[in-house]
Amino acid sequence: MAEIDLNELSRKPKKSLLSRLDFKTLGPFIAMIVLFIFGYLINDAFINSGNLSNILTRSSFIGIIAVGATFVITAGGIDLSVGSMAAFISGIMILLMNELKTVMEPGLTIIFAGVAISIVLGIAAGFINGFLTTKGKIEAFIVTLGSMGIYRSLVTYSADGGTISLDRGVRKIYRPVYYEDLFGIPIPVLVFVAVAIVGYILLNKTVFGRHCFAIGSNENVAKYSAVNVDRTRIKTYILQGICVSIATIIYVPRLGSASAQTGTLWELEAIAAVIIGGTMLKGGYGRIWGTVMGALILTMIGNILNLTDLISNYLNGTVQGVIIVVAVYLQRGDWKKKK
Amino acid sequence: MSKGEISTEIILSAEGVSKSFGSVAVLFSVGFNLRKGEVHALIGENGAGKSTLMKILSGLHQPTSGTIKLDGQEVQLPPFGQAEDLGIVLIHQELNLAEQLTVEENVFLGREMVNGLLLNRKEMEQKVQSYLDELGADISPRDRICDLSIAEKQMVEIVKAMSRDARVLIMDEPTAVLTDAETQLLFKQIEKLKNSGVAIIFSSHKLAEIKRIADRVTVMRDGQWIATKQTEELSLDAMAQLMVGRELSKLYPPKNEVDVDAEVVLEVKNLYTDFVKNISFQLRKGQILGFSGLVGSGRTAVFEAICGLGEIQSGEVFLYGKKTQLNSVAQARDAGVAYLTKDRKEKGLLLNQQMQPNLTLLALPNFVKNFLMDDKAEQQATARGIRRFDIRARDPNITAGDMSGGNQQKLLLAKIMEIDPQIVIIDEPTRGIDVGTKQQIYSFIAALAADGMSVVVISSEMPEIIGICHEVVVMYNGKIQGILQGSEINESEIVRYASGLREAS
Repeated sequence: MAEIDLNELSRKPKKSLLSRLDFKTLGPFIAMIVLFIFGYLINDAFINSGNLSNILTRSSFIGIIAVGATFVITAGGIDLSVGSMAAFISGIMILLMNELKTVMEPGLTIIFAGVAISIVLGIAAGFINGFLTTKGKIEAFIVTLGSMGIYRSLVTYSADGGTISLDRGVRKIYRPVYYEDLFGIPIPVLVFVAVAIVGYILLNKTVFGRHCFAIGSNENVAKYSAVNVDRTRIKTYILQGICVSIATIIYVPRLGSASAQTGTLWELEAIAAVIIGGTMLKGGYGRIWGTVMGALILTMIGNILNLTDLISNYLNGTVQGVIIVVAVYLQRGDWKKKK
Repeated sequence: MSKGEISTEIILSAEGVSKSFGSVAVLFSVGFNLRKGEVHALIGENGAGKSTLMKILSGLHQPTSGTIKLDGQEVQLPPFGQAEDLGIVLIHQELNLAEQLTVEENVFLGREMVNGLLLNRKEMEQKVQSYLDELGADISPRDRICDLSIAEKQMVEIVKAMSRDARVLIMDEPTAVLTDAETQLLFKQIEKLKNSGVAIIFSSHKLAEIKRIADRVTVMRDGQWIATKQTEELSLDAMAQLMVGRELSKLYPPKNEVDVDAEVVLEVKNLYTDFVKNISFQLRKGQILGFSGLVGSGRTAVFEAICGLGEIQSGEVFLYGKKTQLNSVAQARDAGVAYLTKDRKEKGLLLNQQMQPNLTLLALPNFVKNFLMDDKAEQQATARGIRRFDIRARDPNITAGDMSGGNQQKLLLAKIMEIDPQIVIIDEPTRGIDVGTKQQIYSFIAALAADGMSVVVISSEMPEIIGICHEVVVMYNGKIQGILQGSEINESEIVRYASGLREAS
């Protein structure tokens, strides 16, 4: 289902592009199919519906965060703080829900309160990153490196170095958000698809999206063309924050806990998914559906390695790293040829 | 000042040099020679080919045909500045220094003196200091470049040239950004270099300077060699005459006179910003108002401030008779004021995007339907813009960066017309554009005015100011030096105001 939808989306930007560009546009999609076939050849179990659904569900966290990162990167920014931000938001969410549990019966109210605080924190964290990079005129890399450290240590502090666990009663009610299906599709996957579709429309069909492209291409040109550069940039970081909180909302019921280890290296996986998907790291060009493919590819690599003895599972990072570098190399070659 | 003992020994020469960039020819069989120990000025309008010739003489460009001779030997100058090893040094207009490094580090960049594995700082500093002393420059080898003034940075470039034992020093408009006092200092240094036998090529738009410093003058026009003469033989007027030369009548559309009682659409009173002082002028409906002056005289700053791109310290702006302050380009757009930047590549167009997103960017809110971009309306606008401004692109999906300068400029015009402006400010409308396209752009501008729009043309090319404007404001050093009308709009009047020789009473 997810593939079909995304395939639909991919067709739109294709129509006006040169045939030469088609390969580039379709690159991530082709890579995914190749991996898919490879996975099937290696182990039949790869293709059974349980495994595929598992891949999709696991891709959702990184995928949702990467959709937000596509905006930030397209507009010429970067956000390194998303992993710690997810951990921080998870921690606060759980603490709040546990706190509420002491004054009321476990129920939907508590879950909604948790969701609400998550969204508020995501917006606030995104705004702070955006505000400091634009109005404070500090490099995005530095700002988000700073906030990454801050959120990570805040989680460790809140958990007193250990783990923050969600109250059993509350977790029981919250659990279906991660584990249940709707129309046979896991809820995280549905959320992922929804986020991707909204992201696609925002990036490709709205003034905001066009402004992101313009700012990432050349900030000065954007400024001289009546684009409010700072405000648009801040919006991309807020959007990133919201995506992180959505990912958190479906992540918390999975383990029902948060610790200093939660969300480690998610920022790199999200950025990797964006880049594999064909978005330019220097900005000015972004593709949501490519990002979705990127997230799926990253998860599939891990999954395939799990299913085979050919390569040790411990080499997951190596394979992912190689694929990222190769993807970027291929893209660059393509841009050059175009000149 | 002695201009006597120049040998006739020719150190560097170009014979029949032509140069094309792609299909655009910019130099046509140009001849040029430089004698040992002379200051040779290269003059001509913008686009005459001076910079290209200078780059060819320093190896940065290779000529398409023709030969370069060094000490009478035919040579092919090595590219990427390696000609410096042959003693030919070009100082770019936009200087080429590493801002965060010190003077000494810059001078020896790439040729550092070492003691084994370590830098020999002491010796390098001493050497730089001795050059600086020789020039009479009051800077230390340990100063960081970013802390220096432009004039001081230029000195560092000169020291760099000296340290390379330059025999030929090529300077592209070194005085454009200098104050009078700084220019005097630079000239003293040039004299010193000259007396030590260095040959200097020097370009400038300030003719009086050339009269003072140059031994010989070569005039170029439209990529052609026009004349080379001893400076004594040329009066300032004669130089200007040789520079302009061509028949101007055909290039420019006929001027429609503006009604004297036409509505004043823009009035600026006593405007001050960080860069300009006490600016007051009026723009009428249907008028083409020229802003002339040297580069850096503050013309762009005036309009960037008016359009919300720069800060206004004091003063008033009236739009259609109402006091207004535009704080952003978006506000300017909504008020019907469009500013077309002179910097097409850095501020005008998204070079990696196609025509359509570029064309609609400024007027983007006009292309929204139900909160979404209206792709169809955008396509129609693009087709309309291409037709109206005769944008020629083989491939409709071409990126803006791959278009020619002329087509880029037309695309920019089409872009600002999408907002249906009442007031259009065009900064350097024909910079880096061939003559044919220039002519088209002039007729577009005339047509806009005939349609009742008011146009401001900021230009460093005097002929176009004279050719298309109804009234001309001349700026010098951040101030309005004079406002010219009717028959006053001629080259010699403008030059007098623009060079600060004359001031409105």
